[in-house]
Parts: sequence; structure tokens; C-alpha cells
Amino acid sequence: MSSKLLDITDLAIQLPEGADRQFAVKDVNLELARGETLCVVGESGSGKSLTGRAIMGLLPAPHVRVAKGSIDFDGEDVTKVSYDRLRQIRGSEISMIFQEPMTALNPVMSIGDQIDEIFRFHVDMPGTERAKKAIKLLEDVNLPDPAQIMKAYPHELSGGQRQRAMIAMALALEPKIIIADEPTTALDVTTQAQILKLIRDMQLAKDTGVLFVTHDFGVVADIADRVAVMQEGFVVESGTVKQVLNHPTHPYTQALIAAVPRLKPRESRVRSETQVLAAKDICKTFGGGRGLFGFGKPDRIVKAVQNVTLDLHSGETLGIVGESGSGKSTLARCIIRLIDTDSGEIIIDGTNINSLNRADMRPWRTKIQMVFQDPFASLNPRIKVGDIIAQGPVTQGVSKEDADARARELIAIVGLDERAFERYPHEFSGGQRQRIGIARSLALKPEILIADEPVSALDVSIQAQILELLDEIRGQMNLSMIFITHDLRVAAQVCDRLAVMRYGEIVETGPTADVFADPQHAYTRELLAAVPGQGWEQDIEPTLSATADQTNSAV
Amino acid sequence: MVEFWHLYSRSRSAVLGLGILLVVVFLAAIANFIYPEDPFRLAGQPISVPGANGFLLGSDTLGRDVASGIAHGAKTSLLIGLVATLAAVFIGIIFGAFAGYYGGRVDDLLMRVTEIFQTIPSFVFAILLVAIMKPSIESIVIAITVVSWPGVARLVRGEFLALKNREFVQACHTLGMSDMRIMMREILPNCLSPIIVIGSLMVATAILIESGLAFLGLGDPNIMSWGFLIGAGRTMLRSAWWVCTFPGIAILVTVLAINLVGEGLNDALNPRLRERN
Repeated sequence: MSSKLLDITDLAIQLPEGADRQFAVKDVNLELARGETLCVVGESGSGKSLTGRAIMGLLPAPHVRVAKGSIDFDGEDVTKVSYDRLRQIRGSEISMIFQEPMTALNPVMSIGDQIDEIFRFHVDMPGTERAKKAIKLLEDVNLPDPAQIMKAYPHELSGGQRQRAMIAMALALEPKIIIADEPTTALDVTTQAQILKLIRDMQLAKDTGVLFVTHDFGVVADIADRVAVMQEGFVVESGTVKQVLNHPTHPYTQALIAAVPRLKPRESRVRSETQVLAAKDICKTFGGGRGLFGFGKPDRIVKAVQNVTLDLHSGETLGIVGESGSGKSTLARCIIRLIDTDSGEIIIDGTNINSLNRADMRPWRTKIQMVFQDPFASLNPRIKVGDIIAQGPVTQGVSKEDADARARELIAIVGLDERAFERYPHEFSGGQRQRIGIARSLALKPEILIADEPVSALDVSIQAQILELLDEIRGQMNLSMIFITHDLRVAAQVCDRLAVMRYGEIVETGPTADVFADPQHAYTRELLAAVPGQGWEQDIEPTLSATADQTNSAV
Repeated sequence: MVEFWHLYSRSRSAVLGLGILLVVVFLAAIANFIYPEDPFRLAGQPISVPGANGFLLGSDTLGRDVASGIAHGAKTSLLIGLVATLAAVFIGIIFGAFAGYYGGRVDDLLMRVTEIFQTIPSFVFAILLVAIMKPSIESIVIAITVVSWPGVARLVRGEFLALKNREFVQACHTLGMSDMRIMMREILPNCLSPIIVIGSLMVATAILIESGLAFLGLGDPNIMSWGFLIGAGRTMLRSAWWVCTFPGIAILVTVLAINLVGEGLNDALNPRLRERN
């Protein structure tokens, strides 16, 4: 065995009967060498995570199992080894980093105990030495004050710190292979950059082989040596990172790469003089409440939105960008009056709608509408799609016939089949559901549309289609849009102007091109620098964009 | 519907429970045809063993027909179980929905009231209520309702708390929909599954409470019930075992059947359990 650490040959993983396909993955051939990073890229349902899990023997048996092929690890076929041998391999020779560190760590055990477990199960070592090693590990992953972290419980750490602790655990026994299953997907972009760097450094120091599962081409460009692209269970293309990213040969890879939004701001359109919405000094604080009899400690107070002032002009798209917890979603909900503000004015057509009560607010609802983030939670599963879309007009007093007619019209506008009218939401895919959500928000013919992370739950190819749909509709209906996102690539593509939020405050606003070219605030610079895949110089070939147009026209 | 039956029928015990329950319902329905006479009527020789003197399941100390009593008692038990449960579910939904949806002060107030009812042991509370109101079928239904709604209220409140912040509910707010409509048309249909499950199990509990009350002599004196039969036969347990035994078996089998149906509904309606085999 030379440098080849892992050799997957003709792997097929069988799914239980009644699944949408017989094999989760089929005919998969992958290999990984010492000190190499192999990225497995694909959209949801492509089988990339199951491939990673199969190597660890973590398939949800007995329904999902390896049906064919072999996974050769350093001369041993891990699909055939005994359970005891598999337990030895896990953690000490192959270890895994999961997507969501909060659920991958045991909430009732301190970090120190969880690291200690790994040593206890795998090596014979006195307790004091184990503790020393654990502290050393936490130091290696750059966690501040390791002695304190040892005693901390997972909920006491931030997302990034938890993921560092997970990595420390994965590295504890210096495994030969680390399988990282979307390890940065749940993290903010600045944290993601740090974690990626950490994984890279660790790998160089220990000469580890890393199998990195991700959906994000930016991350791939930053971290991979070699790439394997998966589609519906098959590896459609693999090669070095340069080959695959810059000269993809398979049409699916080409379409995927073309769908990745470029980090190049769009041309700002001429700003109209008409102001359609102005928010002044919006403040919102959560917490501080007490029980009925005033017992107990008051809740922790969170200043979600502080003195935010912004304005939106006719036909423009204002992007609000920021990391999780920056208050951008709260701000959106304040503007649309889903959450009552503590103070501030929201002015539409010269009226301060922030002072209206619910009944007086009702007619104003037709002016401003919202598209939500989660296409699965934002549609009532018990109501037919036609009725979901018609709800708005019906609530506003339009007759059922007219509302239904409007709903049918909108179903066509957002590019769905007319039979969708009679169906329930669960019969649709994520992208289609997001189209339904958009249709619902348009049913009242609003002037202002607030889109709260409308594409962050979607795969990149679907994301491109939804962004295009939003752009089309905005043109057709002369909508002004507030577009909330954490993804600067998406923001670059759709927004005329940007407002950058941190800790409930807007730190910088300006035309997108200016903010990208010459960020004024240190935080904006930090955000921009953290966007993965910037070194990846893409030559956007004309053939690529042509393929993209084709795929975009169909869901 | 077909799909639902498919999910439900995966569990053999659930199908068995449904079968038994249908038999009991059928028995209650035909009670007036097979035993047209009043079940309190003294039909013949007292303390006849089962099979003797034309009594299928024997007769009690006064010569009343035990089989007739069980058939007519089935009507009483099912009726009380059903009516009391419906009333309790209704009250529970109102309390739970308002508490969960509005939260804050409303929630505090409604839940403290609910807790007051929960602090008193339910059977003792039921006895107390019936004793105060005089035993009659109405007072028994009221008593059972009063002791069983808090569970529903808690459940519905939890469901409303979880659902009210879902994006589809927020979308309804942005459309200007009224609170009442959001609660009843949008949220409530989404928590029907657990309500149906808890409701089906409550029918079984209600039957047990009713039997217990009747056994203690707090049943409606004019209406035949299983608990009354057991109460009437308990002094003769050693010499005339059949008077207590057959109504006891009727209660056991009915309650078991309803519980099996409830379990089956839970498995079929709860999407998280659907994948389990």
C-alpha cells in the first residue's frame, strides 16, 4: 500500500423498498491519499453524505446497507470487518466531523469528559495524562482558555467553538482519515473561514487524508486537492480541483458551477426619486419579562435591533446582509409589523404604519408582503395550494371566485403547472414550494416585497432559478424589494444597495458596487474577506452561461 | 383514507382493538332488540348460574338478567365515555388554544386555572362532584368532563406554542388574517392528530371512572351500567361469581380495545413513528 489510504470500488448503497430510487449511491469509485483533501460535492439527495457514512459503517442499518463493492482502508475492507474491529477503527483511525456540532456533542457531558471518552475507549493511559492530552488538543484547535473549555458544556460555547471542540475530538488519536460532513454549513461565513483554515492546518501538520462533503463550490475551491461531483447517486465527474472547477466536462458540473452566484456586484440601476418606504430609529429588545406573580429572574435582555434607519426607493432592491444573530430577520419582521417595535417609525405613503393597530393595519397589508426562508415551514400542510394563494385576497374582502382566478394566474406566473391549484404542499419540492410562497405574497399585488433568506434553504441550481424568478417578477410588477441574506454572493447578484448589520445595528450602507469595491467599516471588510472561493478565478465561458440558461428554464 | 387505513392496519393489535370495539358498539345498538325488557326487571329465579333458567350469563340476587344488564350497560358506558370526552376535548381546545396562542398573561392565567384542576386527584374529585350534584347521568358526564379536560388543554397549548411561530402562521399575519381565523383554520387542523389520539384514550378513562362511580353507588339509579352490576354483585362475590365477573370482563375488554385503537391511531397519525415497523 503506497500512499493510497482509502479506495472505494464500485460502491452501491441500497435504500429500503418504497424509496424514490433503489440505490442511494451506485458504482461509486473514489480514492484518497495521505495528506490529500478530496471534496465530494453535490446537491441534496445526491448520496454524498451516505458515502461518507458508509466508510465509518454508520449507515442506518438494516434498511440502508452496502449492497455491492468494497471500501478498502489501508488494506482492509471496512464493509467486511468484524464489529469489534470497526469500533477500533472508528475514532482512532477514521474519525468524523458532523454538520451540526450542537447535536453531535452530548449536551449533558462536559467537553473535557467527551474528549476523555475517546482516550479511555481506545488507549490505555492514566487519567492525568489523558487530561493533559485533552488540553493540548484544545490548544491545537486554537480554543481560548482550554482549561475552562474542558469544564464547559456544549451549550456554553458558540457554534464555532463547538465545531473546534468537535475537530479536537476527531483529531484526538491522530486518525489517518477525517471525514467531514458539511462541517461549516451551519456556521457563519467568518467562522467558516476560520474552521476551514484550521482543518487545512491540522491536515498539513498530521498528513491526514480528508474526505470533505459539501455543497458549496466556494469551499471546494478553497480547500480541495481533488473533487468528485455526485448527482443522484453517481459520481459524474472527478479530477483535480483545477480541472473540475475551471474546465468541467460533465454538463451537470457545468450547470452547477454556472449556477454559483458570482461575487461581482450587479450594475446598480438608476435610483428612482420616489421613496416607497422609510424606517426611522427602529428599536426592538427581547426579554425582560416576568411570570404572572412577578416571581423568578427576568429573562436575559437582547437588543435585537437598535436605532435602525433605512429607506427604500421605488423599484430598487435593498439587501440587508449580516451573520446569524445580527438582527436582520427581526428587522424585517418589525418593518412588516409581525413584531411590535419598542420605538421608531415605519412610513409608507406618508403614513406611519408603526402606530396603527391591527384593524387599521389590515388595508396596509396589501402594500407590503413577505417571502419566507423555509419552504417547508412556510406553507400550511393542511391547505391546498390554490387556497393558500387565494387566502390573502379573501382576507382582504375579495370574492372567492376572483381570488381563485387570481391564484390560478399567479400559479402560471411563478412557473408552476396549473394542476398545482388542487394539490397539497407536501407534493412539491423545495424550489416549487418557494414558488408557491412567492405566489402567495404576490396575490395582494404588493408594492414592497420583503424576502427573508428566500434561497438559503435551496440547492444552488434551484437557488439560481428562484433568484431569476424574483428578478423577473420585480421587473413585471415594479416591486421594491428588501432582500435579507447572509450570503454575499447572492447579495452581489440581486441587490442594488446593501445595508450591513451587526449586533442589531447597521454599520454600513451604500450601493452594492461601492460596498464591495471599497468597504468602509472593518466588519464589512472582514465579511467580504471571509467569502470562500475568492481565489478561484473563473473564466465564465460563454458555453457555461448557455448551459445555465437551459437549466434555469425548468424546475 | 385508503392510505390512512393502510398505515393503521400495519398494527395487528390496533385492528383487533377496532374489531372488539365494533362488537361492543354493535351490542349496544341491538340491546333494545335482543333484550326489549327493562334490564332492572326481575326476570326470574335469583342467583341462577350461567345457562340455567334461561339466563345466558346468570341472574343476580334479585333475579335480574346479567346478560341484559351488560347489553344495556354497554350503551351507557359508550355514551358517557363519548359525550364526556367530546365535552372535555372542546373545553381543553378552547383553554389550550388561547393559552398557547396569546401566551404571556393569558397563558399564565389559563394555565394556573388548569393547574388547580390538576392538583386534585381526578377520581376523588369526580366522586365529590357527583355527590354534590346528586347522581344522575348528566352529573356523571359533567364530573368526568371536569376532571379530564386539563390534559387536553396542556396538549393543545403545547401544540399551539410550537405552531404559532411557524412561518406559515406568520404569513397569515402578514395577509391581515384575524386571530380567530388563524387559530381555528390554520393552527387547529395541524394539531388534530394528537388530539384524536388523546381523545380516544380518554374515552377509555371515562368508562373506567363511570364504572367506578356506579360501583360506589354514585351511578344514575335509573340507568343500567357495568359498574352498577359489579356493585350489586360484590356482596355475593364468592357464592355468585358470575354477577361481578361478566361485567368486569366487559369493562376490561372494552377499555383494552379502546386503548389499542388509541395506540394504533397514534402510530398511524404521528409522522415520526410512520417509518417504524
